[in-house]
Amino acid sequence: MDKFTDHFGLTAPLMRINIDTDAIIPSKRMRSVSKHGLGPSAFYNWRFHEENVENPEFVLNQAPYRDASILLSGKNFGCGSSREHAVWALKEFGIKTIIAPSFGTIFYKNCIRNGILPATLGEKELEQLAESVANSGDKHSMIDLEKKIISHGSLEFSFEIVETDQKTLLAGLDPITQTLLHAKSIDEFISQDRSSRKWAHLD
Amino acid sequence: MTSTLFDKIWQDHLVSELEGGESLLYIDRIFLHERTGSIAMQSLVDQGRGIKNPEHVFCTIDHIVDTTPGRTDMTLLPSGHEFIRSTRKLALDFGIQFFDINDPRQGIVHVVSPEQGIALPGCIIVCPDSHTCTLGGLGALGWGIGSTDAEHAIATSTLKSRKPKNMRITFSGVTAPGVTAKDMILHLIGEYQASGGQGYALEFAGEAVTNLSIESRLTLCNMAVEFSAFSAVIAPDEKTIEYVKGRPYAPAGKQWEQAVEHWQTLKSELDASFDAEIVIDASKIEPCVTWGTSPEHVIGINDTVPDPLREDNLEKRAAMQRALEYMDLKPGEQANKIHIDAAFIGSCTNSRLSNLQAAAEQLKGKRVAEHVKAICVPGSTQVKAAAEKEGLDKIFIDAGFEWREAGCSMCFYAGGETFGEKQRIITSTNRNFEGRQGPGNRSHLASAVMVAASAVEGHITAPKQSGENNG
Repeated sequence: MDKFTDHFGLTAPLMRINIDTDAIIPSKRMRSVSKHGLGPSAFYNWRFHEENVENPEFVLNQAPYRDASILLSGKNFGCGSSREHAVWALKEFGIKTIIAPSFGTIFYKNCIRNGILPATLGEKELEQLAESVANSGDKHSMIDLEKKIISHGSLEFSFEIVETDQKTLLAGLDPITQTLLHAKSIDEFISQDRSSRKWAHLD
Repeated sequence: MTSTLFDKIWQDHLVSELEGGESLLYIDRIFLHERTGSIAMQSLVDQGRGIKNPEHVFCTIDHIVDTTPGRTDMTLLPSGHEFIRSTRKLALDFGIQFFDINDPRQGIVHVVSPEQGIALPGCIIVCPDSHTCTLGGLGALGWGIGSTDAEHAIATSTLKSRKPKNMRITFSGVTAPGVTAKDMILHLIGEYQASGGQGYALEFAGEAVTNLSIESRLTLCNMAVEFSAFSAVIAPDEKTIEYVKGRPYAPAGKQWEQAVEHWQTLKSELDASFDAEIVIDASKIEPCVTWGTSPEHVIGINDTVPDPLREDNLEKRAAMQRALEYMDLKPGEQANKIHIDAAFIGSCTNSRLSNLQAAAEQLKGKRVAEHVKAICVPGSTQVKAAAEKEGLDKIFIDAGFEWREAGCSMCFYAGGETFGEKQRIITSTNRNFEGRQGPGNRSHLASAVMVAASAVEGHITAPKQSGENNG
């Protein structure tokens, strides 16, 4: 997995609450047994009125935000379906960081597994940040994951992320490889469990 | 002892505490399906890894598969068959337990796993599907995961997770006739918001919960994810044990006795402490329906569509305004006058035998309104067969419903099945998100009995009193 240390990028405010993974990647756009090719379908039903006809009112279709890599959003971003396609679509679309007051639990984990930073920031600070981005000519923000800071112009906020998730992103660790370091404990557990909870084992 | 039910199940599966507060947990069962299971297995092949214990890995075909009678691998989604064929090949190559399209055990993953005795009380079961929390109805701890975590679970028989906090939700008292588990969960989400359970594992308790049948308990836990909870569990009791007994993958003989002995210990201690508690008077719950595009947009059947201007929180107000526009509704409209184009009974929420029996009660001797297209998709091939044995198919068909093969179908348009653009649907499913059931579709979530009654009337309406609370 790619490491995430810091990032400087265009920031787009998409300040809606409860953005669900069906909105991020509609079922109908998940067309192949693959993690790839989903970028063009990110937010498909919001970006397009119909096949290839753009909705000019949608923030990510507007000139300064078209190449955004940092997304600001309302609470519970990524709620709903567990589809990891939502993260793969955002990643391919160019999004590196999502900043919201809270995230859908499964979506949050999927971000960590794919090197995307889901940073938590309080509602008031987020509002301030979104306003500052919207009102300023320069839409770039800087993210420092080591220090857990996002800055835009003279504004600077400390965001939150669980320490182990921060480490995983910084080091770009592969989760299965990490777990296999515990292979011995896993085998010991299973062998013990086979006798104490024999009823739960089918083999 | 101050453990909650959830603490006990967690502790039973703890392989080790990891640095930074994460736990490495043993996973008893992993269930895959053709949409994301295929990707997880393919990725494992690409990495040159194997499945640690194929005996504990199950796979069904439900998400994309066509549900019209006489179906094949082909689906309305042009590439749908690629998911099905790739899943079939990988499942057979890996030697996991696979329920193919024509297998009598095929069906929606969370309908199949209780039915086959794959999910058991006190077990942890995961699946790349967010509604895995359904299985809490049996006292199993289930949660939805992404494809990468599914890959992790099948490769190592474990998952890493941070332990969520404990929340108890007590439904005290007794529900009114015609009020179902679906109404209980919609009421909860309506009152405490779609993000109300974030960071928590829920335990549902109280008289109104223990009164529920196992199938209704599955419905109650199914939508814990719509409350943003990590998962939900209900303590197993005699009903649970009775339900599990004799199922194909359930333990038998001496192991059955050991299992029962263990399951009887699976309850929160009297002095267990919860990080949060909610108490709801179940007798006050009305049949519920959603008016908007979030599962928190809930009203009672006798209520009116709310006015966003009376909402003080500006973000919530904006979301309500967007929802009203999308749903083409106005504040003040009466819930029980909303005209519908279509009715759908199905999904992992409400497609089990007792749901179909209760819906059939509403339909017996009646016809759906002329302008309404109505479809019933049983949750599993086994549910379908059992329903047909009782003649329920005939009641549905005589009433004007289509009677389909098992699958997820119109819950989310994955295989391309839909009622058509901008249709207004009363639906027994779990999500009313924009476009969830097809382009511009307006979904009103409700119980299966309300769907059936509304289909007949041609507008949203309360189920006819039958004393039935299984729908």
